[in-house]
Amino acid sequence: MNLPFILFFICALLAVLGAVLLIIAREPIHAALSLILVMIALAVLYLLLGAEFIAAVQILVYAGAIMVLFVTVIMVLNAEAEERTDFSKIAKWVGLPLGFVLLFAIAHWLYRAHVGPVVASGAGIPAHALSTWDLSTELFRHYLFPFEATSFLILIAVLGAMILARRDE
Amino acid sequence: MSVVPISYYLVLSAVLFGLGVVAFVFKRNVITIFMSIELMLNAINLAFIAFARAHNQMDGLVFVFFVIVVAAAEAAVGLAIVIMLARHRQSLSAERINSLKF
Repeated sequence: MNLPFILFFICALLAVLGAVLLIIAREPIHAALSLILVMIALAVLYLLLGAEFIAAVQILVYAGAIMVLFVTVIMVLNAEAEERTDFSKIAKWVGLPLGFVLLFAIAHWLYRAHVGPVVASGAGIPAHALSTWDLSTELFRHYLFPFEATSFLILIAVLGAMILARRDE
Repeated sequence: MSVVPISYYLVLSAVLFGLGVVAFVFKRNVITIFMSIELMLNAINLAFIAFARAHNQMDGLVFVFFVIVVAAAEAAVGLAIVIMLARHRQSLSAERINSLKF
């Protein structure tokens, strides 16, 4: 066992823990905080995969902007603990085991799947392989039109959010 | 430097996506349902980056970039809808939102 492995398992454990806490949390604010834990753990995993720019964007946009928006809305609406309803019997005895079977099947298939020429972090590829330079070159050469289209998308989203959240007179 | 196999990342991504689906089905609050969608998007992002690493291609990272941008836009619009719903229904429970028209 060495450093990347240990780091991977710590972060994977934290991410899964955060996701489980998201499910069992009753207060929305606790769910939001555990989601932030998942996002930060995933940012460390992105660093481990050599994608520094995406890791920074993950922290800034996801853990920063989006989650601040969530927490603000939770506080503005004064969201209380969610009400529990009774589990239906079918969900408990058929749905949950089937869900776990599906999860296990997907994980097993992915684990067995031949993922192209498998290389992993630091294995024989140059250190700058997934660098920000290459990402920006790719983004502004081959994906220039989608990039410009996203600016329209954000503009429309801002207008839509303003119109939706406006108080009716 | 040692090697963490790509398949480990993919399994983690599958587990996180599954937990996101479970949260999406189980949660009763509109805001937490929304959060579980974000969790699923994050799981997919991890798979994209793992595949980008496996094939040494930049396209996966560009897709992740776009997913994050669209998720930000979606969060803004979705939370505006949540605010509107809470104002009209006085509740955030998904079970109270049972009509198409106010």
